[in-house]
Amino acid sequence: MNKLLQLLGANSQFSTAELAAMLGEPEDFIAAQIKEYESKGIIKGYQAVVNWDEIDDARHVEALIELKVSPKKDLGFDEMAERCMAFEEVESVYLMAGVYDFAIIVKGETMQDIAMFVAKKLSTIDGVLSTGTHFIMRRYKDRGMNLYSPGSEADERSLIL
Amino acid sequence: MIDYTKYFNKRIKSVSPSGIRRFFDIANEMDDVISLSIGEPDFQTPWHIRDEGIRNLEKGHTWYSPNRGFSELLKQITEYYERRFGLSYIPGDQALVTVGGSEAIDLALRTLVDEGDEVIIPQPSFVCYEPLTVMAGGVPVIINTKNEDHFRLKASDLEASITPKTKLLVLPFPNNPTGAIMERRDLEEIAEVIKKHDLMVLSDEIYSELTYGGRNHVSIASIDGMYERTIVINGFSKSYAMTGWRLGYALGPEPIIAQMTKLHQYGIMCAPTTAQYAAIEALKNGDRDVNKMRDEYDMRRRLVVDGFNDMGLSCFEPLGAFYVFPCIKSTGLGSEEFCTRLIMEKHVAVVPGTAFGKCGDGFVRVSYSYSLKHLKIALERIREFVKELENERQG
Repeated sequence: MNKLLQLLGANSQFSTAELAAMLGEPEDFIAAQIKEYESKGIIKGYQAVVNWDEIDDARHVEALIELKVSPKKDLGFDEMAERCMAFEEVESVYLMAGVYDFAIIVKGETMQDIAMFVAKKLSTIDGVLSTGTHFIMRRYKDRGMNLYSPGSEADERSLIL
Repeated sequence: MIDYTKYFNKRIKSVSPSGIRRFFDIANEMDDVISLSIGEPDFQTPWHIRDEGIRNLEKGHTWYSPNRGFSELLKQITEYYERRFGLSYIPGDQALVTVGGSEAIDLALRTLVDEGDEVIIPQPSFVCYEPLTVMAGGVPVIINTKNEDHFRLKASDLEASITPKTKLLVLPFPNNPTGAIMERRDLEEIAEVIKKHDLMVLSDEIYSELTYGGRNHVSIASIDGMYERTIVINGFSKSYAMTGWRLGYALGPEPIIAQMTKLHQYGIMCAPTTAQYAAIEALKNGDRDVNKMRDEYDMRRRLVVDGFNDMGLSCFEPLGAFYVFPCIKSTGLGSEEFCTRLIMEKHVAVVPGTAFGKCGDGFVRVSYSYSLKHLKIALERIREFVKELENERQG
């Protein structure tokens, strides 16, 4: 496992100097490495993990949509995925092994928004057999971070030598 | 009102409580304090190890074990020492499971030390050796290790401290608080002196799994002629993040372990059995956890050493444990003043080097058993503090 990617994956705010110190490599080497990952698309970007539940009128709803499809000769999984991805409401698209084919994360301002989006845009895509919409009610943990009980990070250790 | 002090044993009266308490009291009263002062892993005990403890409680395994510890645990401990450090001990005769490494240290000192015997203790080092020596009736003889030697014990200093009354050397490496280690050639020189003067060694190897830079811990017991002169102390606290389970052990010559077992039998009965069951699991299936934690500590260590050197507090590269021991003399402050002002002005707690011996003055102990995120914030605050001190001196 690449340690540099692991560190950045957990916290992209380390400076190159800090990363260089931690990994025991020269700073310019680390900077070059990051640049290379970025240009090759291995590092796709840097985002904040936002806890929308903490914002009163966030108008931020997300749902997981199960999609069953029937791929055709010139309309395979990749082509169907690309159609789904094209909508800006769609946050993530995953091809799944199991009882359905795609898991799609859709975001909107209200549940109604999402329900309408699924009915009008997703389920009407050629080859889509059925959809199942699951609204996300609360995010307890997201991208490795505890969003539910922030106090759980508090140090419970006693002060002794 | 009874004057209870008149009942006190004269030795206990001479032992002073750890001076660090006052400091921790200040820290406890602040709610935004960033501490780098704790001397135990921040990791929780790996789940499979905890689970084994739980499973045995569920099964109702709630009785005493044999005084020495469960034979399966003794077997696992001796196999582990063979596998990791190339030392073979007979589980039934040469091993004893104790309540933490601390109990084993106490037993060893009480077993070997007679009234007036001198025990050589290198400092800076963990706080228990001196008082436990005094309680055993011994006389602590302190050797100050030095920054320029990377806080290793020099054979010449050892030689100079030996008198006809010397009986035992305490060898605390990898070292708390300095992070110093002893490499094979250092130990070979020490071993020559020990053999020449017919002494014994208490080797506290509690941090043996935490050495960095590709260096495996070397036990002095593996040096020629030292196996029969060494009591090895180790335990599960640091390597498996099991501090609260209180489980340690001693390995050594059969007659010495037999005497220690006698004391243990009368004073303790046996180490907690839930912890013993968990420890068997740790030794059987815990190598991966140890490696993972070591890698994580190593990254933190590099970050912190680099941070201190960069802010002008020179810090030799510690190759063991989870402490760095930067020199703060350049700030013009003594250890205690530095720490007091740091906690009052920046709400960052580190431990004055003097807590670990007078020669620790001019240094502070910084623990890096904290998350990278936490360490980053703490380093930034210390950096500000050092800069402000500098401005103060120039202004």
